[in-house]
Amino acid sequence: MSSILPIAFDGITYASWLFLISAGLTLIYGVMRILNVAHGSLYALGAYAACSLAGAWLGGGLPAAGSFAMLLLAAVLVGSLVGPVIERGLLQWMYGKDEVVLVLITYAVFLIMEDVIKLVWGVDSLLLPEPYALPGNLQLGGLPYPVYNVLLIALALATGLALAWALYRTRQGKLLLAVIHDREMSMAMGINVSRVYLATFAVGATLAALGGAFTAPTIAVTPGIGVEVIVLAFAVVVIGGLGSLGGAALGALLVGLVRSATVRYWPEAELFSIYAVMALVLIARPKGLFAAQEARKI
Amino acid sequence: MRASSSFGLRAGLAAFALLLAVPASLAQQPLKVGIVTFLSGPAAGPFGVPARNAAELTAELLNAGTVPAPYSQKGFGGTPIELVIIDEAGGPQKQVAEYRNLVPRVDIVIGYISSGDCLAIAPVAEEQKKLTVLFDCGTPRIFEDASYKYVFRTGPTGTMDNVSVALYLVERNPNVKSIAGLNQNYAWGQDSWADFENAMKTLKPGIEVKTSQMPKLFAGQFGAEITTLLGSGAEVIHSSMWGGDLEGLVLQGAPRGLFEKHKVVLSAGEPAINRLGTRIPDGTILGARGPFGPFAPDTDLARWLKTTYQDRYHIPPNYASFKMTQAILGVKAAYEKAKGSSNEAPDQDKIIAAFENLTFEGPGGPVKMALGKGHQAIMDAAVGTTKVEAGELKIVDIARYSADKVNPPDGVKSEVWIKSGLKK
Repeated sequence: MSSILPIAFDGITYASWLFLISAGLTLIYGVMRILNVAHGSLYALGAYAACSLAGAWLGGGLPAAGSFAMLLLAAVLVGSLVGPVIERGLLQWMYGKDEVVLVLITYAVFLIMEDVIKLVWGVDSLLLPEPYALPGNLQLGGLPYPVYNVLLIALALATGLALAWALYRTRQGKLLLAVIHDREMSMAMGINVSRVYLATFAVGATLAALGGAFTAPTIAVTPGIGVEVIVLAFAVVVIGGLGSLGGAALGALLVGLVRSATVRYWPEAELFSIYAVMALVLIARPKGLFAAQEARKI
Repeated sequence: MRASSSFGLRAGLAAFALLLAVPASLAQQPLKVGIVTFLSGPAAGPFGVPARNAAELTAELLNAGTVPAPYSQKGFGGTPIELVIIDEAGGPQKQVAEYRNLVPRVDIVIGYISSGDCLAIAPVAEEQKKLTVLFDCGTPRIFEDASYKYVFRTGPTGTMDNVSVALYLVERNPNVKSIAGLNQNYAWGQDSWADFENAMKTLKPGIEVKTSQMPKLFAGQFGAEITTLLGSGAEVIHSSMWGGDLEGLVLQGAPRGLFEKHKVVLSAGEPAINRLGTRIPDGTILGARGPFGPFAPDTDLARWLKTTYQDRYHIPPNYASFKMTQAILGVKAAYEKAKGSSNEAPDQDKIIAAFENLTFEGPGGPVKMALGKGHQAIMDAAVGTTKVEAGELKIVDIARYSADKVNPPDGVKSEVWIKSGLKK
């Protein structure tokens, strides 16, 4: 019993982080059928932008609590500026091409953005530890845990609920679902698919940057952080079923809890555990836990 | 008149051509030194770029003849050196291809931070018959599992780091009963933990290993690992982490009291000093992969490197910088020994013969090419403890261990030596 609480808390914290990154990836795939490798760079860009903005805020002697607003602002700025530039500037010319071609194109964007990050911020790590340490610790099962992790869990929950509400309870969301279901029919019905794509990509990019921005205070922001994340996010999205928001949430929770338990009881197998979950799920359900049924077109 | 004018023109052109040709024939061809270090990726910030900076600075000051004795002669034996710098990023397979491209362009190769790259490059250097000096990678397997003619390593192995921190720990905590580890899950982390664990078992028979955490390299987040360590009850936590992972460990562990509740040993922690400063909690035991950075002895060479590097880059040189300068100075020492008083440039075989078993002075102190049949360096080791004084992080209680005490004898594998009681 004494170890269940720590495993659950660490697992849910890790799952929250994974969900924040994976939600945007699965949304973009669901709507646009693009497996966006550049998602990793958008995550990294969010982390770097957060360091710059919150660092400037704190450096200016402004109240430390305001740095949380800077993290949010960094995510929104990256999502609303860089997302549309990639979508309008490159991806819109590629729609209709094979999915593999689109993966290669987003991989190229990923490589370019990695170099852009290096040009702008250099190769030294950036540190932003204040927001992480500011809320202090709470005691759980006799061990100290950062309150920041609770905020991360709350942020992931709020993001998930907001996305679900927007998708299933708003007019725009229903238009989006229509595009997911059948792009050609949606166009025929007068839906501006191009605009839906732009909005989806911007929201997906914002989610990636949000994950990066709120991870920045817990890590040293270094070149290459986007590479590490994209592999994990792909694993989560594949487990949940490509394009499924609920699947991403369940996949993240599954990976988070299994990883947390493995770290405690079998630390050598930590890396293996994540991909073991993926392999087992894919054996049982080759398209993931919540893969949408595809309508057969004649 | 026309003939005379034509003659004058030709004579003028010939004189002009001669003017152009003379300096070219008199100018010395520089020695080309290939430098391989991480310029991109996660290892660029803590190691690659500080090493590149040190290479550029050292080459420039060697060519200007302003390096202190015994390196005051310009360039290598009076011949200027020119660097050809390439990026180490991309993994061993890519590096082997890059190395093959580099070999025809340079006279000597100095490089490699990653142990994986060193293990891949060494046999190719042998095949290409190119003098190649490894400057940083730590795995002892290079010369323990093979023998090379063209490969040298001027930096000590990782074994020395972990044996010296174990000795330091036991001297200061003679009643230590339990240890735990948090190391990156690849060759460096696994070898470092094995060396530390075995050294502790040798020094304190019956010591209990509570847990050995092995997160993925560059995982960056260690929430669950820190929870497990906090709950493990281990007195000591050993980590050989570096770069962003090490900084992440300090940033995440310190607020949760990891460094207060346990004695934390960071065997390769020195580069984090410049990045984290006073965020590294008091009482942390630090190593620098040798007597480098703040552990360097007070010599003319160490002062020269610290001053010129600080003036140029506005940050102190870390161990990667020291080790790069040490490698260049080691090659210079071998080159000049091979050249002797001759006016001729020595050929590669003569440089190799001079390099084997050479003892030379580096910015970290004396370097003996004592292992691997004279191809692997040993040095004195230094370990210290962090303390914040007047708002600055200092390294206090520095202990030095002679090279013989923390390195195996030539021909004995590190693991066997540690397990057999660290005896000479």
